[in-house]
Amino acid sequence: MAMRPQYRTALFLLPAGVWFFAMLVLPLVVVFVFSFGERGPAGGYVPAFTFDNFLNLGARWTAFKNTLTLAPIGTLACLLIAYPLAYFLALRASPKLRTMLLILVIVPFWTSILIRSYAWIFLLGGRGIPALLALVGLEDLRLINTPFAVLVGIVYGYLPLMVFPIYVSLERLDKRLLEASADLGAPPLRTFLTVTLPLSMPGVATGCMLVFILLMGEFLIPAMLGGGKVFFVGNALVDLFLQSRNWAYGSAVAMALVLIMLVTVTAYMRATRRWAGGRDEVSLM
Amino acid sequence: MKSEPSLHQAPIAELRNASKHFGDVIAADALNLTIKRGEFLSFLGPSGCGKTTALRMLAGFEAPTKGDVLLDGNAVNDLPAHRRPVNMVFQHYALFPHLTVAENIGYGLRQRRPRMPTSEIATAVERALDTVRLPGYGPRRIWEMSGGQQQRVALARAIVNEPKLLLLDEPLAALDKKLRRDMQIELQTLQRSLGITFVLVTHDQEEALSMSDRICILRGGRIVQVGSPRDLYDRPKNRYVADFVGKSNFFAGTVQQASKDGCSLTVDGGHVISGQSTQDLSRGQKCSASLRPEQIRLTRKPDGGVSYPVQIVTRIFLGEHTEYLVRHADLGDFLVLVPRQAEATEGGFEPGDAAIATWANGSALILADD
Repeated sequence: MAMRPQYRTALFLLPAGVWFFAMLVLPLVVVFVFSFGERGPAGGYVPAFTFDNFLNLGARWTAFKNTLTLAPIGTLACLLIAYPLAYFLALRASPKLRTMLLILVIVPFWTSILIRSYAWIFLLGGRGIPALLALVGLEDLRLINTPFAVLVGIVYGYLPLMVFPIYVSLERLDKRLLEASADLGAPPLRTFLTVTLPLSMPGVATGCMLVFILLMGEFLIPAMLGGGKVFFVGNALVDLFLQSRNWAYGSAVAMALVLIMLVTVTAYMRATRRWAGGRDEVSLM
Repeated sequence: MKSEPSLHQAPIAELRNASKHFGDVIAADALNLTIKRGEFLSFLGPSGCGKTTALRMLAGFEAPTKGDVLLDGNAVNDLPAHRRPVNMVFQHYALFPHLTVAENIGYGLRQRRPRMPTSEIATAVERALDTVRLPGYGPRRIWEMSGGQQQRVALARAIVNEPKLLLLDEPLAALDKKLRRDMQIELQTLQRSLGITFVLVTHDQEEALSMSDRICILRGGRIVQVGSPRDLYDRPKNRYVADFVGKSNFFAGTVQQASKDGCSLTVDGGHVISGQSTQDLSRGQKCSASLRPEQIRLTRKPDGGVSYPVQIVTRIFLGEHTEYLVRHADLGDFLVLVPRQAEATEGGFEPGDAAIATWANGSALILADD
């Protein structure tokens, strides 16, 4: 049976389109509408048109502040740890060692993040690492329920997401370019700075974007390792929707987060694209 | 690098018993070679013969396992690539995709310490672009350039540094045939005008023959023969060289008689082929008689020399020449190259025709198989 190509394309895209509309666009519209409403007497949502929810966002300033500081810091920490690891995997490790280490990077995914975060509660808690540090004289060190604990959890949880894109871009890097650089007189460090690093930027950009976006919406790690003291916007949303049942205000907070992400991600993409000289990706011959 | 006057007499580069082992694999086996100042030398051989390893030892990418690599009379075994006054044109050019054409060419100059002034670098880059006939292409991006242009950029990026040795690793392999011919001529002209010593690696015998002053033929990590293109063609050391350089017909047989003045070989069917040898042969040794296709004539009637009745199998028209594959009852199939002029007087042959293949008595080369 003959079918016009454009209908065939439409048919192929239908499942994804329905999914995208039902699970993303529609809920977003609902949240957008709700954000201008009011809280019902017993919680939930009552239709209204008011900007009060948005004007009141300052009440949740701490959550925004925590998210907007720990998400970039967490992304940066992931990057600083992931880059040397990815570099070693792609350029230094023998093929056998590389496979083994890559598996080790993936293995944690076999266990739920929830369970792994529990493990960190014990590690960072009073009888964990602080107890060990007390043995060498560093007493009364508090780790759990601090921004540091949240940061540790973030780096632990998100490191693979940073390692893989960087690894892929370094792996795809034409190794002859490194030889060419050396041949032209550049010592190893300069070769790294002028060839390896610029050419791995697509991987760095992808990794940072992935980690940053996910961190902006993170709620599990701060909830478990921040112990209610270090909370993200995600935690505020859980609280607003499930505890105080102020759906209208919660919607406004959610809209604000979406808006902040849109602005930062767009600015980030613009910057990286300009940096790459108008190309989406650095082509390798 | 300091160079004392006396050292100017030293060869520009030298391999002394240089070997390279990769685990159990011997990529280069005790190579001994002197590279003369200002010459165009080619390493020729099939893949895996060690030619690339030899080049990489000169570049500094591989340190010899045994033996020495000398530049200007000094052993440089442990001198890393970035400190050697040697530049390379890579097989697939290895141009930096994130830099412009001018930035690529200026890369080597920017590595100099003390720093070279930016204006001087710009001038040198412009001059290099002129040399490779790409004036004004500096601001272009690498991916905007065609294969042939990228090749020129790679060349400019190397010669702008005025290296003592310019290494070329199969630089023309990725170009189409017409462009390759043009670049061969251009490379040769460039080498003459710059006076830089060129060392080329290639598996293409035609390329090596047409460009080089000297060719070094490698096989299985060893040097088989070093000589001018003409030497190698006319006086190949063994069957391998004769087979690799140009086309040749080989007739296997046993040495019947060998002396300084010539030797003769008994081949299949009891025929005797006589000729010269470049080796010391002894009676009874298994050898091959080598005859170039252009040494053989095709006629309709016997015409002096040694002649064999043959039948034409195929004919390939090559323009100036026609190449015939002919069959003799005892000697088997062999190639004959007939110039256009000879065809005009003798008339062309068709497949299936009977003909007489003739060559001058004693004109064959008797070569041992190794």
